[in-house]
Amino acid sequence: MREVIEIRKEEIIPDQADAMALQGICRGSKVPSNILKLFDHAVEIFAERARPVGIAAEIDRNDFGFVYAGEGRNDDRTPVAEIFQKADHLALFAVTVGQALHDKINELFVGKDFALGSMLDSVASVGVEKSADVLEIEFHNTLLRRGCASKNLTVMRYSPGYCGWHVSGQRKLFDYLRPQEVGITLRPSYLMEPLKSASGVFIAGAPEIHSFADTYECCSQCETHSCRDRISRIEHSSDASGPGRQTVPMDKYRKE
Amino acid sequence: MDLLEQIALALQRGDSNGIGELLQQALNKGLAPKEILDSGLIAGMNVIGDRYKKHEIFLPEVLLAAKAMHVGMDVLKPLFLKDEVPARGRVVIGTVQGDIHDIGKNLVAIMLSGAGFEVIDLGKDVPPNRFIETAVEKNANVIGMSALLTTTMPVMKTVVEGLKEKGLDRRIKTVIGGAPVSNEFAEHIGADAYGYDSVQAVDCIKELVSGS
Repeated sequence: MREVIEIRKEEIIPDQADAMALQGICRGSKVPSNILKLFDHAVEIFAERARPVGIAAEIDRNDFGFVYAGEGRNDDRTPVAEIFQKADHLALFAVTVGQALHDKINELFVGKDFALGSMLDSVASVGVEKSADVLEIEFHNTLLRRGCASKNLTVMRYSPGYCGWHVSGQRKLFDYLRPQEVGITLRPSYLMEPLKSASGVFIAGAPEIHSFADTYECCSQCETHSCRDRISRIEHSSDASGPGRQTVPMDKYRKE
Repeated sequence: MDLLEQIALALQRGDSNGIGELLQQALNKGLAPKEILDSGLIAGMNVIGDRYKKHEIFLPEVLLAAKAMHVGMDVLKPLFLKDEVPARGRVVIGTVQGDIHDIGKNLVAIMLSGAGFEVIDLGKDVPPNRFIETAVEKNANVIGMSALLTTTMPVMKTVVEGLKEKGLDRRIKTVIGGAPVSNEFAEHIGADAYGYDSVQAVDCIKELVSGS
């Protein structure tokens, strides 16, 4: 499977709480009305300007091992290196909400609409993650349709730049996936353009392959430890019957 | 309530529409632009900074106030003679070479302007030499650098070392910030300070400038 996936905007309208979290406003906080207005306005702009699109390509374990090795700059021991070896299926992905949003954010800052610009930046970041969620669901559904998904199959995603996978891994990921087809390019510093984009690997397998203790070298530098929540959800999900999937990305609350 | 207090309060409310009229009233009454700036706009912005540090308000409220500050400065600036715009110091700021994330850098620049600093914003993807050359040319007190990628953090070290090699590190201080940057990294590369967020970065720069 190598597929360009058009994403409907309605599927990726950001949740208020997620955008507020990126603005430093914790869940459960009473949000002043002027900030709620900013959020509503930012969502309107997002709905008007976002051009979400993604691409995903299945990859076997050997090839992914080559992609994952990147330029040889990963940590010696990483969770992903151990998890992917146990995966049933793997797919590389890249997704973007387009350049127009980034341009609008810049325009707002130039026009001194700092609060709206900053809010739109957060809304767009959440929109990127929601777009990646859509691709992840599509990958999971593809496996189900093919009948190759085992009971409780769990799909999780991981990205270069996180969990000991060095950001220079982007180069081989791009060589294999060729997301330029959907307008995503890579700068020499491994930064994607448009800026509001995400890339990585979907790893599908039994829920237990995704569990790990946060004792790797990279864990000591991690600010969020959001994997704990993810793993807890997997364990909870695998108690229930039927296929399980998780959508909480490791980089959901990346700072920008 | 006097006009300067009203200006400070309008700024705290983020009333960028109403602040222009209040400033005009103050000018019509014969108040000096410098007094309006210090006791109205900057006084209001100081309250905002303190309330943010105490977690009484959120970042968007700080940014709404910052917009009002900038609107107010647009009214006052033409009234100062060239080179007489009062400034607490001059800061050259930018996102380092290889990186095009600039939201964090923009927020610091906005808050610095609001605190009364003159900001020379070099934008993003700024080569190390450009930071140093501009700081020398503009006689800046501080260079502020932002990075969001671990791969671009070494550029910060290049700037710090470049200043040392040229014997400028006593005169031009360095502040760094960005998601992957830490206090430990700042110490490791010999930067003078690390700003965790935009408000703290301004505090660091105030300290550096007052101590230089």
